[in-house]
Amino acid sequence: MSTTTPAAPATEAQRIAQVLVAPGERPKRSGPVSASLTYGWRALLKIKHIPEQLFDVTIFPIMMTVMMTYVFGGSIGAAVSGTEAGGDAVGAYVQWLIPGVFAQTLVMITMYTGLTLNRDISKGVFDRFRSLPTWRPAQLVGALLGDQVRYMIAGVIILVVGFVMGFRPEGGLNGVLAAFLLLLVFSFCLSWVWTTVALLMRTEQAAMGVSMFIMMPLTFVSNIFAPTETMPGPVRAFAEVNPVSTVVAAIRELMNGVYDPASLLMVLIYCAVLVVIFGPVSMVIYNRKS
Amino acid sequence: MPEPAIEARGLIKRFGDNTAVDGVDLSIPRGGIYGVLGPNGAGKTTAIRMLATLLRPDGGQATVLGHDVFAEPKAIREKIALTGQFASLDEDLTGIENLVLLGRLLGYSSRAARARGMDLLEAFSLTDAANRQVKKYSGGMRRRLDIAGSLIVTPELMFLDEPTTGIDPRSRNQVWDIIRTLVAGGTTILLTTQYLEEADQLAGRIAVIDHGKVIAEGTPGQLKAQVGSGALKVRVADAGRREEAAEILARTIGAEVVRESDAAALSTRLDENARAAVALNALEEAGVELETFALGQPSLDEVFLALTGKPAEPDADPQHDETPAGGPAESVDPVDPAGAAPGTGANRK
Repeated sequence: MSTTTPAAPATEAQRIAQVLVAPGERPKRSGPVSASLTYGWRALLKIKHIPEQLFDVTIFPIMMTVMMTYVFGGSIGAAVSGTEAGGDAVGAYVQWLIPGVFAQTLVMITMYTGLTLNRDISKGVFDRFRSLPTWRPAQLVGALLGDQVRYMIAGVIILVVGFVMGFRPEGGLNGVLAAFLLLLVFSFCLSWVWTTVALLMRTEQAAMGVSMFIMMPLTFVSNIFAPTETMPGPVRAFAEVNPVSTVVAAIRELMNGVYDPASLLMVLIYCAVLVVIFGPVSMVIYNRKS
Repeated sequence: MPEPAIEARGLIKRFGDNTAVDGVDLSIPRGGIYGVLGPNGAGKTTAIRMLATLLRPDGGQATVLGHDVFAEPKAIREKIALTGQFASLDEDLTGIENLVLLGRLLGYSSRAARARGMDLLEAFSLTDAANRQVKKYSGGMRRRLDIAGSLIVTPELMFLDEPTTGIDPRSRNQVWDIIRTLVAGGTTILLTTQYLEEADQLAGRIAVIDHGKVIAEGTPGQLKAQVGSGALKVRVADAGRREEAAEILARTIGAEVVRESDAAALSTRLDENARAAVALNALEEAGVELETFALGQPSLDEVFLALTGKPAEPDADPQHDETPAGGPAESVDPVDPAGAAPGTGANRK
């Protein structure tokens, strides 16, 4: 019985006997949404207890933004904006590059979701999670929801650094927020690719290797750094169908105050395709995992 | 007659070429504690994981609390709790966070989960550690929190995978008390262990598993009747005289003498404790000085020797020399019962 009596019983055994709940007092089990949110809460608690794990979403984005802008700005910026190579070109390139680096960095960070999961599910606590009568995908959905907070931190940092470097989006705050929201949705959907990879690979290193192999062309063979028009045939073809290019194009539009339903729809279609394929595949592998 | 808690027929699980569980049959009644005894790698954990619906069997059939493990895993998960071999807790979180997490997943509101968690911590004497990360807990505290996590909603059937492996004797006794309390509350417990003594202390029935098969099943009494009720362990002062001592033990006790890896130690099974006095007397008469001797239950190794004719593999009970406090082994001072050893005798003069 869970009712507490005023006089505390003497022995541990007696106290334990008192806290046992009779079968009739069971709560109704939690639904998919509440279970997912609870697992998301667990991810946030982990950030609280191990703040070091925010390194990849704080330092890395700053590094990427500063490095890419100043390394490529002088030359590519000239080509993009038609100005003279050098200082002016960098200023012009910031306007072009920041939305791209914003997307690239968040997309790269989604990879860590899979790596964390690979490490996490090998621990004993996942045995217990799996033995609970909850909706099983909640364990993965919750992890991805918790990671949204990490993506947000990284996104805010990039935008602030970009602003300091001279990025002035024409779409104003609303445009930036709309772009941010779109990117978070895309990141959530893309994360299912990494959960699949993480569940397929036996070790974290292997998962890292495969993820990088997918990640590099996805982010570099795209319109992030340079317009696709300058690329040779096959590379250009890939860059143009690359979902990352589609997202970056939509984000640039939103940040510039252009609202084009067609490009938003295209992004959402990519999102749906990613979830429909990789969500169930992840779950099947997860359920079979020993 | 109510349906049994667990009914398994021919359970099989393979990992690649390795058949971890090779046709296990179990029939476990409701109420009480059922012990599954076996060395590391015998297939105990794999069998439990299949019954707890964490692993899908490759063959055979099983019902748990009347539900089929293939068809109704969710119905089973409603009624069971699992405490794994390695703490089934999130080590990065605090004690209370772990319990709130599990409470919310089981359907409690945030506030109710916290209240329930604090009640459990209090009952398990962990209130002081509520806000400490679990990775900073001692082995015994971890075990207690782990079990508390299984009791947020009292399960009908609880799986305890090696609940006392790697914890100190005092914590072990606490865990035993907790387990007995749960059974008194009506929960059925399936416990795996590497220690015959633990199974003997707690379980009403025991299955012995080796190489993925059940090689013996019965009450602790029946099992011990097969392997001898006890064991005599001696350590000679002069390792050079061990062979001599072994011959004397074999002659006086009439059972096979095991030469332990410790070059001075011997053990033998013992059907009647009275024979031990005869053997010790004979050793004394022959002038073989003993450093220690102890009466105890047979180790897992000896059980396996008796049941299979070969020692347990691969890693048989490395800790069996550390007899837990409260256990039945009586360690006796080097001053043996038949009179003073030469050294001590000299001191008395």
